[in-house]
Amino acid sequence: MELYTITVFSENQVGILNQIANIFTRRGLNIESLSVSPSSIEGVHKFIITCRSDRAMMQRVARLIEKRVDVLKAYLYTDSEIVYQEIALYKVPADQLLDNSNVERVIREHNARILEITRQYVIIEKTGHTADTDALFQELKHYGLLQFVRSGRVAVTKGTEEQLTRFLLNHT
Amino acid sequence: MANEEMISGSEMLMRILQREGVEYVFGYPGGSIMPVYDALYRHQGDIPHILTRHEQGAIHAAEGYARVSGKPGVVFSTSGPGATNLVTGMADALADSTPLVIITGQVDTEHLGFDAFQETDVVGMSLPVTKWSYQIRKAEDVAWAVARAFYVASTGRPGPVVLDFTHTAQCAKAVWDYHPCTRLRSYAPVPEIQSKPLAEAAVLLNSSRKPLILAGHGVALAKAEKQLAEVAEKIDAPVGLTLLGLSALPSSHPLCLGMAGMHGNIPVNIATNQADVILAVGMRFDNRVTGATEHYARQAKIIHIDIDETEFNKSIPADVAIHADAREALDKLLPLLRRNEHADWRAELKPHAEAEERLVIQPETAEREDCIHMGAVVSRVSAAFGDDAIVVTDVGLNQMMSARYSRFTQPDSIVTSGGLGTMGFGLPAAIGAKLARPDREVVLFLGDGGFQMTMQELGTIMEHNLDIKIVLLNNNFLGNVRQMQAMFCERRFSATPLANPDFMKIASAYGIASEDVERPEQLDDAIARMAAHKGAFLLNVNIDEENMVFPITRGGDPVDTIYVNLTDRYQG
Ligand SMILES: Cc1ncc(C[n+]2csc(CCOP(=O)(O)OP(=O)(O)O)c2C)c(N)n1
Repeated sequence: MELYTITVFSENQVGILNQIANIFTRRGLNIESLSVSPSSIEGVHKFIITCRSDRAMMQRVARLIEKRVDVLKAYLYTDSEIVYQEIALYKVPADQLLDNSNVERVIREHNARILEITRQYVIIEKTGHTADTDALFQELKHYGLLQFVRSGRVAVTKGTEEQLTRFLLNHT
Repeated sequence: MANEEMISGSEMLMRILQREGVEYVFGYPGGSIMPVYDALYRHQGDIPHILTRHEQGAIHAAEGYARVSGKPGVVFSTSGPGATNLVTGMADALADSTPLVIITGQVDTEHLGFDAFQETDVVGMSLPVTKWSYQIRKAEDVAWAVARAFYVASTGRPGPVVLDFTHTAQCAKAVWDYHPCTRLRSYAPVPEIQSKPLAEAAVLLNSSRKPLILAGHGVALAKAEKQLAEVAEKIDAPVGLTLLGLSALPSSHPLCLGMAGMHGNIPVNIATNQADVILAVGMRFDNRVTGATEHYARQAKIIHIDIDETEFNKSIPADVAIHADAREALDKLLPLLRRNEHADWRAELKPHAEAEERLVIQPETAEREDCIHMGAVVSRVSAAFGDDAIVVTDVGLNQMMSARYSRFTQPDSIVTSGGLGTMGFGLPAAIGAKLARPDREVVLFLGDGGFQMTMQELGTIMEHNLDIKIVLLNNNFLGNVRQMQAMFCERRFSATPLANPDFMKIASAYGIASEDVERPEQLDDAIARMAAHKGAFLLNVNIDEENMVFPITRGGDPVDTIYVNLTDRYQG
């Protein structure tokens, strides 16, 4: 079981997420992360989904997603074919940062940055792969971590243009 | 702009149905679809409406209509329970690639999401069982959405489409401006056929010594029956047909081996595991066709033609995949093929046909003294209509027996619920089939279980005076399940005996002529009277409860592991 990323481009219609999710649910597949946003092309939505399964299954899932009427394209990638990032936010009590020099060291070592400082808490931001955001989480756990959130994956291909652009040129 | 005509969403729908050439609407009214029915009242002469007795009846009737006519069936229902009653039909139509445009009423937009009376999430509920599902919230969207619905339902691999039509959009007015939909950038219904796989397929077929063609519903959907026969004849390849593909080649065609799969004909299933090349056209290697996939046609190179790319390598890996409409693919393949002869190969298969005739067909269809078997009824009914009727079936033994023992001469002559196996499909589907082809005989084979699932549609038959010949293969059991219980549960007949009503009285309550056949010697005359009768007719035939369908390839067994009765395995 490997981690795969499926990028989906769709028309901006209601219910697409539902349709995509159904394709996973019906096959007992767990979506590991998901991010949805307008793409760089006007009127086109982009979904980035990660899921752990075997290649044949994920290829099938990608084709089934693409089969939905409002889906323009679905592409399947392994990690080596894309550049990807996640963002994580950590909230730690302010006194930990003030009283404990370790926290400052941890932030520096992990290349994280501070977004906000109040009297009560400090918000730290870290971008990276899951392993990176996780490593920081493991450390901050010891300093009274108040909250932790991690985004879905964002990814771009290693080529020079959005693959979809070529598709749209041929199909509009 | 002065000449812009403002009309209601409901009126718009009516006009579009006319533009799209809709001949019938099958439906059932209710609160949330009232404006549509009110508009329909004004268009009565243009768009006949068939009021069924249950929404499930409406959607199966629309399926029957679509399967025989090749055009989308149109369904109306109200919101809530009206819409939920359609869900089985949606799933059925999706499984069997049947084009439907389903219009469900929906509450006013301001009530959406507030649990208003008869509000259900129709789009959410129907998405997994439709090709496309969309909620129309404003009148301005009606033309766009309905145009799209007809286009999506009927192109590519056909399927059911739902339009959840809010009451708000039914009533509101917008400018009448309709353009049929002819393309969507996100949807490519007709793949561009590639020459490389065609050439590869030709090489394989031209060098094959034991070619086999397996043809399915896709042949009928593409209207490629002529092309199928041409290819088969040119390369001299025997043809097996799936349940839904049964009328794609005349039963009397010398190359027709019969049906593939679980209860299929022995030569087809044997040939599958002996052929060197299999050309699969518009069929999807359903598990009822393949049996154990790991033992399916391992020796053969497989050429798979399908319009739906997701069917390739789904259950059986293809050596050559031709992503195309079946007719186009066969048309382009034909000139690449060398005329060939495979007399030896056909001769190799012949003994299997003879063995099946001797071991299964003869005993099943011959007149017995003690009791009546389904095969005897079906083969006699088929002959009484010159093997030329449209055969509609329900699900169960009656279905498998009518598939096995009906013979076909014309395309578009089999209407049955294949992928979903929906009991209750038959009676309403026969209504749609008859309306689509009033010029042809429609014969419906039913079991006593399935009949009682949608029996109320006798009312629809009565109302419209539909000439449907209903053959009730009555074994007082849920026969197909009983057979399984006999085979795998040591005859523990759990919940399969049926306490049945007097079906003759039921027929007579609907003013439908009927006859009871208790004894074998009554059968022929009764069938003759039914065939001669003008109008609907119910023939209630008393079937031996021990009558089971054979041959059988048990689930999980290789396709060529075949039992010819409860105990004996076919030894070839
Ligand atoms: C809606 C539905 N419910 C249950 C089944 C399971 N099922 C398949 S065949 C069958 C028995 C059918 O009995 P009957 O209609 O009397 O026909 P027979 O097999 O006796 O010809 C059943 C219950 C089904 N296919 N569809």
